[in-house]
Amino acid sequence: MSGERVALVVVSHSGGLADGVAEVAAQMAPDVTVRPAGGLSDGGIGTDFEAVLAAVTEADTGSGVVVLYDLGSAQMTAEMAVESLPEPEAAVVVDAPLVEGAIAAAVSAQGGGDRAAVADAARAAAGRSEVTDTAESADGADSEDAAAAESGAKAEITLANEVGLHARPAALLARCVADVDADVRITLGDTEADARSVFSLMSLTARKGDTVVVTATGTQAEDAIARITALAERNFDE
Amino acid sequence: MGCDAERVAAVLRAGGASVAEHKAELIELDRAIGDADHGENLDRGFAAVLSSLDAGVPETPGAVLKTAATTLISKVGGAAGPLYGTAFLRAATKLGDASELDAAAIATGLRAALDGVVARGKAEVGDATMVDALAPAVEAAERSHADGGDVAAVLSAAADAAKEGADSTVPLTARKGRASYLGERSVGHADPGATSTALLLRSFAEAAR
Repeated sequence: MSGERVALVVVSHSGGLADGVAEVAAQMAPDVTVRPAGGLSDGGIGTDFEAVLAAVTEADTGSGVVVLYDLGSAQMTAEMAVESLPEPEAAVVVDAPLVEGAIAAAVSAQGGGDRAAVADAARAAAGRSEVTDTAESADGADSEDAAAAESGAKAEITLANEVGLHARPAALLARCVADVDADVRITLGDTEADARSVFSLMSLTARKGDTVVVTATGTQAEDAIARITALAERNFDE
Repeated sequence: MGCDAERVAAVLRAGGASVAEHKAELIELDRAIGDADHGENLDRGFAAVLSSLDAGVPETPGAVLKTAATTLISKVGGAAGPLYGTAFLRAATKLGDASELDAAAIATGLRAALDGVVARGKAEVGDATMVDALAPAVEAAERSHADGGDVAAVLSAAADAAKEGADSTVPLTARKGRASYLGERSVGHADPGATSTALLLRSFAEAAR
């Protein structure tokens, strides 16, 4: 396994759709290779096995590839391409919503997630609106005990940037804590989000002027709070 | 008498001719419940298979089927590409480098093709897909072989059962593929994939006689 990031391939029936999804995902994750493989070689609608195979082969820098697809036969084409690789285990085809999955995967890859983590991030994008579930699971007795045993930290941040926790700032926030050894939660009112999930953050719909509470537990809790506070003070680089 | 590579190529050419002949019918079936591309896609794929065979027929039946598989996978574009491609590829792999196919090999190859399609598309009998034609075809082929049928008889039994299977998709609600988006509105239409499977097996059977 090299130090390179996991790469993504976006398989779509349409060249325009694949290019667009790759463009949006790449904007969230500037250091991640995101290859589009959409449409037939003559520009028609469909999936081109050779093009998908080439994209997966070219995208892999040694850390593996996560392949996302749009509809039915794109999945089959993607699976055939992966099975045709010299080392099929180098890539994985994930069942995830294309746009949300690609962005969540790109952010996870940017943060240094391994192939399994990046694939999980894509799959989890399907349930992104269930922020309350995230909150409930964190309320379990086990996690409370664990939290008490570990060091915790907390901060209140008032969002001063124009768009609040919209897509790009959410991606920046998720990335800045991706490699921190701490469980980081962002709370707005009664709603709690996992700070590592772009979509969980976005579904808070925190706007300019809102005050969110950041709580972190784990060995690097203080570091996590410091990073997020610094990011907010920079107005999310707007 | 067995089927050598040239004979298998002839059988595939007959399949291609049948797809071209029924292209409009397949397009119409697919227009009713899908995106009207099945006839066009399959015809493009088989036209490419035929021109590849025109350029030179590989030495063994398995190699001929493998050529068909890789060509269909690259050229078809829709779901039929990976599905038919997988079917031919699994059959080719199963048949290995045998120089001639007897009735047993035909039945074995069809079984491998079905297993491949099921693994690739994850459909079962009753989902209104090509599996509804191919699964009974494989069973009929195996029965015919067990009863002492020759290559032509085995393929003919498969074709008859595939046609019945394709017809059986008319009252079904599609549960896989594009037609599944229609839910119960897919009832009353024969599945295009099951229909093309039946057409192909019929043309294979006639060419093998």
